[in-house]
Amino acid sequence: MEFIKPDINFDFVGKMKLAFGISMAMIIISFASIVWHGGLNYGIDFAGGTLVQVKFNVPFSIDKIREAFRPMGINNSIIQQYGPQEIVVRIPEGDSDLKGLSGRVEEALTNAFGKNAVEMRRVEMVGPKVGKDLTKKALLAILFSWIGMLIYIAWRFEFRYAAGGILALVHDTIITIGVFSLLNKEFDLTIVAALLTIIGYSINDTIVVFDRIRENSRKNIKQPLSEIINGSINQTLSRTILTSLTVIIVLVALFLFGGPVIHDFAFALIVGIVVGTYSSIFIAAPVVLAWEKWQPSKIRRKK
Amino acid sequence: MIKSIRIRAAITIVVCLVALFYLIPSLTNDLPEFWKKNLPADKIHLGLDLQGGMHLVLEVDTNKALEGTIERMSNDIKENLMEKKIRFRSISQAKNDSITLEFPDRPAREAFEKLLKDSYPDFEIASSEVRDGRELVIIRIKAKRAAEIKKLAVEQGLETIRNRVDQFGISEPEIIPQGDDRIIVQLPGVKDPGRAKNLIGRTALLEFKLLDEDHNLAEAMKGNIPEGDVIAYGSQIDRDSGRRTQVPYLVKNKTLMTGASLETAKVSIADRFGEPYVALKFNAQGAQDFDRITGENVKKRLAIVLDGVIHSAPVIQERISGGNAQITGSFTMDEAKDLAIVLRAGALPAPVTILEERTVGPSLGQDSIDKGLWSTIIGLMLVVLFMMIYYKASGVVANFALVLNIIILFGALAAFRATLTLPGIAGIVLVIGMAVDANVLIFERIREEVRGGKTPRASIEAGYSKAFLTILDSNVTTLIAALFLFGFGTGPVKGFAVTLTIGIIASMFTAIFVTRIIFDFFVWNRKIQTISV
Repeated sequence: MEFIKPDINFDFVGKMKLAFGISMAMIIISFASIVWHGGLNYGIDFAGGTLVQVKFNVPFSIDKIREAFRPMGINNSIIQQYGPQEIVVRIPEGDSDLKGLSGRVEEALTNAFGKNAVEMRRVEMVGPKVGKDLTKKALLAILFSWIGMLIYIAWRFEFRYAAGGILALVHDTIITIGVFSLLNKEFDLTIVAALLTIIGYSINDTIVVFDRIRENSRKNIKQPLSEIINGSINQTLSRTILTSLTVIIVLVALFLFGGPVIHDFAFALIVGIVVGTYSSIFIAAPVVLAWEKWQPSKIRRKK
Repeated sequence: MIKSIRIRAAITIVVCLVALFYLIPSLTNDLPEFWKKNLPADKIHLGLDLQGGMHLVLEVDTNKALEGTIERMSNDIKENLMEKKIRFRSISQAKNDSITLEFPDRPAREAFEKLLKDSYPDFEIASSEVRDGRELVIIRIKAKRAAEIKKLAVEQGLETIRNRVDQFGISEPEIIPQGDDRIIVQLPGVKDPGRAKNLIGRTALLEFKLLDEDHNLAEAMKGNIPEGDVIAYGSQIDRDSGRRTQVPYLVKNKTLMTGASLETAKVSIADRFGEPYVALKFNAQGAQDFDRITGENVKKRLAIVLDGVIHSAPVIQERISGGNAQITGSFTMDEAKDLAIVLRAGALPAPVTILEERTVGPSLGQDSIDKGLWSTIIGLMLVVLFMMIYYKASGVVANFALVLNIIILFGALAAFRATLTLPGIAGIVLVIGMAVDANVLIFERIREEVRGGKTPRASIEAGYSKAFLTILDSNVTTLIAALFLFGFGTGPVKGFAVTLTIGIIASMFTAIFVTRIIFDFFVWNRKIQTISV
């Protein structure tokens, strides 16, 4: 079975300008969305606050829950249905008081719905200090992973390859975050984990293409780089599509069956893999070409 | 070549057996006795998000510990000055690490400076001068000593919390320091998180103070608090409505005794109403002090203060010898038990605050395990099906490698005692998708070579050798990303990094090394003429 015919020769490099245009547009939209929403919709991991997941053993309505919370004075809480019998309450402030907001939420709900009517399934409280720490750590982790990739590719290949690879990575990261911002989805720790995974995956994809470019340019030194790059992308296209497909298959399984905690994580990965696959084909390699035009490599100049 | 195939097959079998060997304890609940005794019997360790439990990050207020120490030192200096007959006008704690003293004249000041040098090596003079005609000395605790006190407060706090948790009866708690002033507490399977938090987080400083009955409480409430007194509150429960109300008391600031003089504390039941109370027993020194204090203050009211809140203020009827006392109040049984535990374990040297809490109920944990397993199985089946359809016989080989990969992955988790979390399960699902990548790379190469007109043997040879470096390079980058994930992550996210890392490494073994054995076997032994790829 073959999805991609072996003799395919699509002019990827010729579509370079179009691809750059599309990518620029997506990046601008991402930033615009973030600005429009006044920053990302940070989850409590970063913004601090309290999250309580409650399961009801009796019929309930959001209104009645809100009513129960009234005396507590947590009117700025967000109550969301979370599966058929569960709700999630998000309260922007953290509370280091021993009993904590979670204890008071439980008390209020028990009073309103009766004993044993509610089950506290999950409580997460992140104080502002920890939120700040985590934000810093997340930013550093992403930044250093970019730098780590840059160094590795520069070492294994050449710097211009590294530049192309990193640009593709930054591109993937920004657009994935942009999609989260556009859909106003919550941005928390697991999403950062997803971003780091995307960074690892996308560069993996890119390297397969680079590897082929390196191999082909050694074989035919006289051939112009643009032809080599285009040929290499076409030769590896089948693999690129296939691997992305298997990964997306499992991610869809995770997205559909993994439960609500994993839901957004799987979603972020799906977005990232799609964007990452696109950037490996249309962004990373063409950047190498652009770099070459701007500053030809020494090896080629000698020949 | 046949010999090489045998050796490689043997290596594969050994690796898989080792993995299975570590995996078996996780698969069955009734291991044979000889296994439990002699062989690894650890199940795969589940994170708190899967087994349910509580994760707390506490911050020790080390500045409070320092303040407390300086306050005690300041009292000690004051007494010493009076004993040595060195005249001084005032002594007061300025900021949290310094004390200001004022002297009437220069000789007194110089005498003090000498005393400080001889008896208080922990302090240094920050300034000593005549300002506006006043002889002022500011002394400050040495930075090194201050750091020691802070460090000690964290260590003692850790030890105290460990004691409390042990007495509370939670199996396999984990209590570890983090950074300079933080403590991480992990309590798997805790049933009543609110109670556990209360037990761990309260300072539990028990103090005995006298009520000031000579002055008017109402007057003090207006702001005219007599010197040496403070207003403290206690709570009172109205028996009819069950409502708690706050009751103010005027108490003398001086602490007569603290919980440090306790030998033990336990819960008893009062005869009359069946109400629980906490029985205290003082140690030898404490018993002597208590005997003296009660003897000196008969008919006065003694307040029992816990963390600044007055628990009760009974009238001392007579001198109490023998070192026994009790704390009564309207306790529930659990409250009384917990109070006894914290009093036995001792007070925290400094208050702690909860910076972060993550609690997962046991039922949610089980749900997550079920859903995780479910999506792993579905993901696996889809990928297996896909590979079989797309690559036919070669796909079956890749699938065999994939299953081995998963067995090795789980075996490694058990062997390294890594923690499996929900994102960790997601990592396994992801590995299933990514592990076949190596085989896809190889198979695509083999197809290319076959199209180029090579024989099956040559195609396989070329396919593997050309794809190898690509696979290595691309996997190393994924590992770099996983490394940063591990460094960045807290609990659950770390679990993701762990499964991803082990999975990728295992896939290099199964997808390259193991599949090659099978291909070689068919090409060399069966001398096949075409490859089904």
